[in-house]
Amino acid sequence: MSIARFWRETPRRYNLGGCRCTNCGTVYFPPRSVCPTCSKHRRSLGRLEPFHLSGEGEVVTFTIVHEAAEGFEMQVPYVLAIVKTPEGPQLTGQIVDLEPKDARIGLKVRATFRRLREEGKAGVIHYGYKFTPAEPTASGRPGARSAGPVPVPPSSEASGARS
Amino acid sequence: MREVAILGVGMTKFGELWDRSFREIGIEAGFQALVDAKLSSGDLGALYLGNMASGSLISQEHIAPLILDYSGLAGHHLEAVRIEGGGASGALALHMGYLAVASGAHDFVVVGGAEKLTDVPDTEANRIAGATADHEWETVFGATLPALWAMIARRHMTEYGTERRQLASVAVHAHEMGSKNPNAHFRNRVTLEAVMNATPVAEPLGVFDCAPFSDGAAAVVLGPLERARKFTDTPIRIAASQVACDTMALQHRRDLTTLDSTVVAAKRAFAQAKHVPADVRVAEIHDAYTISALVALEDLGFVTKGRAGPEFASGAFGPGGPLTVNTSGGLKAQGQPFGAVGVAQAVELVRQLRGEAGDRQVAGASLGLAHNVGGTGATSVVHLLERVN
Repeated sequence: MSIARFWRETPRRYNLGGCRCTNCGTVYFPPRSVCPTCSKHRRSLGRLEPFHLSGEGEVVTFTIVHEAAEGFEMQVPYVLAIVKTPEGPQLTGQIVDLEPKDARIGLKVRATFRRLREEGKAGVIHYGYKFTPAEPTASGRPGARSAGPVPVPPSSEASGARS
Repeated sequence: MREVAILGVGMTKFGELWDRSFREIGIEAGFQALVDAKLSSGDLGALYLGNMASGSLISQEHIAPLILDYSGLAGHHLEAVRIEGGGASGALALHMGYLAVASGAHDFVVVGGAEKLTDVPDTEANRIAGATADHEWETVFGATLPALWAMIARRHMTEYGTERRQLASVAVHAHEMGSKNPNAHFRNRVTLEAVMNATPVAEPLGVFDCAPFSDGAAAVVLGPLERARKFTDTPIRIAASQVACDTMALQHRRDLTTLDSTVVAAKRAFAQAKHVPADVRVAEIHDAYTISALVALEDLGFVTKGRAGPEFASGAFGPGGPLTVNTSGGLKAQGQPFGAVGVAQAVELVRQLRGEAGDRQVAGASLGLAHNVGGTGATSVVHLLERVN
């Protein structure tokens, strides 16, 4: 993916920056320019304001991926999930720092800032959100390389990110 | 709007056609359909070509005039248009051909579907197919098409108690039907155990839960029903042609176990045709993954929501029942050359409705349904085809 293509979405991918419709109050992630909920779509134009998700969430469904997406080959098997946030939106992302067998629907998770994938040895490194368990799991957290979940950083500094 | 009939059908073998080029298979299917329709190319008004990703797969865009040219028709200067809607590209092309004839814009048109997937390695084909999901908000985070469908499967299993072996029964059926289809990519039978113990792709789905990447092409010739008797004794009427769309990403769906696009397209199609699901005797449904077939049977109205697993496993949709699905072998066994799939579904239905389906013939079939999906359901297309007596 070109540098510009990834870079222009970094505020969303780094900081969970979504939006909220000031007409009806519905929250969206990723942000949209038109509100699909409002009965009069045109009136929502220009009325969607930035809104940051808390990063909290719960697993709605998941899979353990063995045939990786491009750039994720070194991470198999990995857990991919759809996570429902308390603000409303559902996000697709990996669950890390848990044994795949401990993945379950209903698991409470928290967004964390990580390295997503890299384009070869000399290519661009993509960062963004993944999720870690926000409650104890059966096997503990053997994959964890830090003392606790890393909160989503307020800035888009990439330093210290882990995959 | 005029009534539209399918006058001729044709298709290549599906599979790993390493010795044949994209243009060769496109032309073969098209001419088979023309010969079957007893039309000459001079009668044609337009070509609509369903194709998902020729640019990525064979580094060739602008393929509709390419096929037209190598069919010897460049000098006729026909209208030739490529149509793309992910895995639903073929049925979308059929829809566009239907509209062109129904509206009176053209009298006779060829609708083709063609895809060449094996000119790139499997990993590359996976990446290209994954682009039919939302690249920015699904694939970038590690999603693949099988992973997304696996998450639909997991949710379906949790909400409705659908079992792993019920998913597997879809693949067993597909291979059984494929064994009777000389054009099928896979003609071998498989056992339930083999499907369940296959290498995992995205749990709970394994290799045998996923349709293969195939090369292949299919074509149909359409014309006004009122003139169809001149060309054939068994014209097949397009009783309904409906397209419906939904959110691009799975995460934004109203319900993760329902494809609302399929529900809506089917409702519109049955209303257009003045039929109900119980009238359908033969159906080609989009079984790109075993779970896709179960969800489709529910969303099309053939079975109550949540009941497709046990019903399928009990043989309710096999030969001899009130409705037989995927007599061609479906995407799973006949093969999955993306843009050709939706057109090949129509080819199989026409053969069934004419009584020309050989070993896999469903006795007395007069109404057939075709269901084609793009991505995880951002696009669904439903056609109803009916024999005219």
